[in-house]
Amino acid sequence: MRVKVEDLYFSYPGKDVLKGINLDLKETDIVCVLGPNGSGKSTLVKCIEGLQPPQSGNIIFDGTNSSKLSRIEIARLIGYVPQSSSQLFSASVFDTVMMGRKPHYSWRCSDDDIDIVADVLEQMGLANLSMNEYNCLSGGQQQRVLIARALAQQPELLLLDEPTSALDIAHQLEVMEIIHNSVHKRGIGVLMVIHDLNLASRYADKIIMMKDGIVFACGAPEEIFTKENIEEVYGVEANIFSHEGILSVIPVRRSDAKLVPESLGIF
Amino acid sequence: MSSVDALRNHSQNIKDAYEKHRLRKRLFIIALIPVVIVLIGLAVAFGSADISFADVYKTLFRKLIPGLANAANAGNSEIIIWKLRLPRIIMGVLAGIALGSAGATMQVVLKNPLADPYMLGISSAAGFGASLAIILGVGVLGGSYLIIGNAFIFSVLSSGLILAISGRRGASPESMVLTGLALLFFFQAMTTIIQYFGDSEAVKAAVFWTVGDLGKADWNKISITAPIVFVGEILLIWKSGDLNIMNTGDASAKSLGINVQGTRIFTMVVCTIMVAGIVSFTGTIGFIGLVAPHLVRMIIGNDNRILVPAAGLVGAVLLVLADTIARTIMSPVILPVGAVTAFLGVPLFIYLIMKKNGGLS
Repeated sequence: MRVKVEDLYFSYPGKDVLKGINLDLKETDIVCVLGPNGSGKSTLVKCIEGLQPPQSGNIIFDGTNSSKLSRIEIARLIGYVPQSSSQLFSASVFDTVMMGRKPHYSWRCSDDDIDIVADVLEQMGLANLSMNEYNCLSGGQQQRVLIARALAQQPELLLLDEPTSALDIAHQLEVMEIIHNSVHKRGIGVLMVIHDLNLASRYADKIIMMKDGIVFACGAPEEIFTKENIEEVYGVEANIFSHEGILSVIPVRRSDAKLVPESLGIF
Repeated sequence: MSSVDALRNHSQNIKDAYEKHRLRKRLFIIALIPVVIVLIGLAVAFGSADISFADVYKTLFRKLIPGLANAANAGNSEIIIWKLRLPRIIMGVLAGIALGSAGATMQVVLKNPLADPYMLGISSAAGFGASLAIILGVGVLGGSYLIIGNAFIFSVLSSGLILAISGRRGASPESMVLTGLALLFFFQAMTTIIQYFGDSEAVKAAVFWTVGDLGKADWNKISITAPIVFVGEILLIWKSGDLNIMNTGDASAKSLGINVQGTRIFTMVVCTIMVAGIVSFTGTIGFIGLVAPHLVRMIIGNDNRILVPAAGLVGAVLLVLADTIARTIMSPVILPVGAVTAFLGVPLFIYLIMKKNGGLS
């Protein structure tokens, strides 16, 4: 699904968060949104998902303005994976993933829905956990369940809000591989907010770098990850190496390090 | 075996496990229905006048199949069964269903495992309305429905006010609970003031009214409450699948196409009318709406599609049991069932908390 964002503005009372975002995302790209805290990444994702109504601007899915779509219609197009999702009263893993079928059935799930959920669980390596309680899983397993739920939704676009932030490096790689493989197998697009520059550079087809509510830079990882951009956006001096065609970013020090009093002992 | 076959086999295992799980949950509901029916018979048979279990069902059949009614002579036991005990027990079943299902729903909607059907101030508002009628004789409806009408109207008014106030803040669970708490204290204070100036006999009657009791039940009252409970129960079961999704958080639920705010307000309105319909006829019967859902959660888990109806049936079982104890333990004195449910509910609830050791998840 082609997603276009035109002149998107969003503000909370007293704070402008998005100040004119323009984007054009192609069908099957993995797009990573990067930027410092408070730059508007998560808000952008929530606006595209329709969780936050923008003040002005358009979000267009394959030529249809999202404001003309109902919640259910959006739910059939977009699968959303929140940073984490806690359940007050725990459901089983199977039932949690089955929730992804909700936009497609009205009151009762059909045998087809059960087939789809069982297949997704199998592919995500959750088969042995399918009857476990969601609340009893580890953070990495819960994240996998949430991705499985979004895949069971059979969306055309997957939106993820920091899917790896709570995970150790093994699970980070695992989650990214799962996303990468499902995108190519199912031909869906991915837009994810992520903090880890190295994971982004390894898996992204396209990087969107945000700063203060605008898109600072947008393009392939090798165009975006430059010393100048990192310094400008994060205020951090960094070295950038290329290893087997993948860029890695090593932060060195804050550019304004002198301003931090030494007594704080941070650096 | 090829890898595709292996995959298919494996996901077949997942499906089998799921089907088994689903069947077990359904069996629980199906098994509860005969339990309730048998319990009604047992509860009717229990009491100060000697009545056999068989008499109960004989009377029931005679009453339900009119052709037989003329042929049989209405004996003493039949009058006791039909006029005294059965209305009381049927009212107990209805109250148990309403309180259990509403409790289960409100725990999810208000995101609070300690929520019960009175969380939106229904009981104190109903108590205020009843006191107004009993002590001052002021009411909206006249005649025998003076007290009931007042209790119903004030409890619906209270919940309506809470929804209207919290609706301005996006109808968040926190704002609902806090406004509910504020109104609870407001109505309690108002009731105290009326009682302070009231005649002592009337105040006693008003206090007695607020303690939940099934003794006021008759067939006319049941003909009003039964449709309210029946329709409310169906509406809650209809929304129970959405409640499952709302339990994973508002953002998740919205992203799956659920109208979170609309569903929250809709289910609250249904719960209010159901519980107000019961409270205005019986007074406040506590603990059923809190304990029944948690009991079911422990047995078959948190799937609201099963939990909502099952908590209603378990609520009916608990309430009828409590009422049987209330009628027999100090016979011929009949205790108000509201006092007995607290005696049963508190130890049961503490047991549930201890058994869970840490977190009602």
